[in-house]
Amino acid sequence: MMKRNLLLLLAVIVLAVGPLLIHGRDGAEFTGSDDQAEAMITQIQPDYQRWAVPIWEPPSGEIESLLFALQAAIGAGLLGYYFGRRRAQSEAKGGSAPNALQDAVH
Amino acid sequence: MHIMEGYLPVTHCIAWAAASAPFVILGARRITRVVREHPEVKLLLAASGAYVFILSALKMPSVTGSCSHPTGTGLAASLFGPTVTTVLSAIVLLFQALLLAHGGLTTLGANIFSMGIVGPFVAYGLFHGLKSAGLGAAIAIFFAATLGDLSTYVVTSFQLAFAFPDPASGIAGAAAKFLGVFAITQVPLAISEGLLTVVVWNLLNKYSKGEIATLAILSRRAA
Repeated sequence: MMKRNLLLLLAVIVLAVGPLLIHGRDGAEFTGSDDQAEAMITQIQPDYQRWAVPIWEPPSGEIESLLFALQAAIGAGLLGYYFGRRRAQSEAKGGSAPNALQDAVH
Repeated sequence: MHIMEGYLPVTHCIAWAAASAPFVILGARRITRVVREHPEVKLLLAASGAYVFILSALKMPSVTGSCSHPTGTGLAASLFGPTVTTVLSAIVLLFQALLLAHGGLTTLGANIFSMGIVGPFVAYGLFHGLKSAGLGAAIAIFFAATLGDLSTYVVTSFQLAFAFPDPASGIAGAAAKFLGVFAITQVPLAISEGLLTVVVWNLLNKYSKGEIATLAILSRRAA
């Protein structure tokens, strides 16, 4: 199972790195699709008046990535805690603890 | 897929909020019931919410030369059902609207509708539909997560098209434009989400058999 999961993760990496390679030299900016949609709105209806603004905005791109990283970290921490706990429980129930090396082979 | 603060007309904001509210209420009641009757799945519920947190924070590059992020809702929808996922999505959308200026409070209803309702219902339907059609659970959850993700972005495109019809080509023309921005960019990301969800599914099958069995009984009883 671990081998299959590693292959799946590898495929995800290929899907993420592929676009960077494809657009390596054509100057693609990799801007967010949300921003592009905003530009599209302005193009379709140039006189649209935005009637609300966010209560608070991260003061810089750095703070914004900090908060995005924090969001992912909270999620990853919780997910890791969950699987760590379940794994420990299944090993405790199963008697002899299967070691990580065996897992990687099967 | 987050429609930004102030970028939907007031009437649309109210309409989408009204459409989403019943699902949030149903989901909250279902969570209360599931947790009361089966406290052993509480931690898996938190982990499924954590998965939405992770995936919706990952802005990934796409073949179109732009970036977007997956939704992460297919896992929770397949395990706990769509309305539970509505609540989890609402929490993430609120976090992003308040702390990241990503999405917004005025557009919260519309964003809940695409990410928390349509995506999860598509995923839930596909997971259980494909499984009863005889496909393996791992394949079923791949299509559930991938197409649930994609459908969310299709809905966003139409929400924007309804609000901003093209002067020449109308709603259909605007939808084509917004789909051009969102849908194509999303295809590789949706596939990534599908693959990652299979990884989590495989781990659950190995370490959480008891919970999966409990949830399978629950999902037969009520959506």
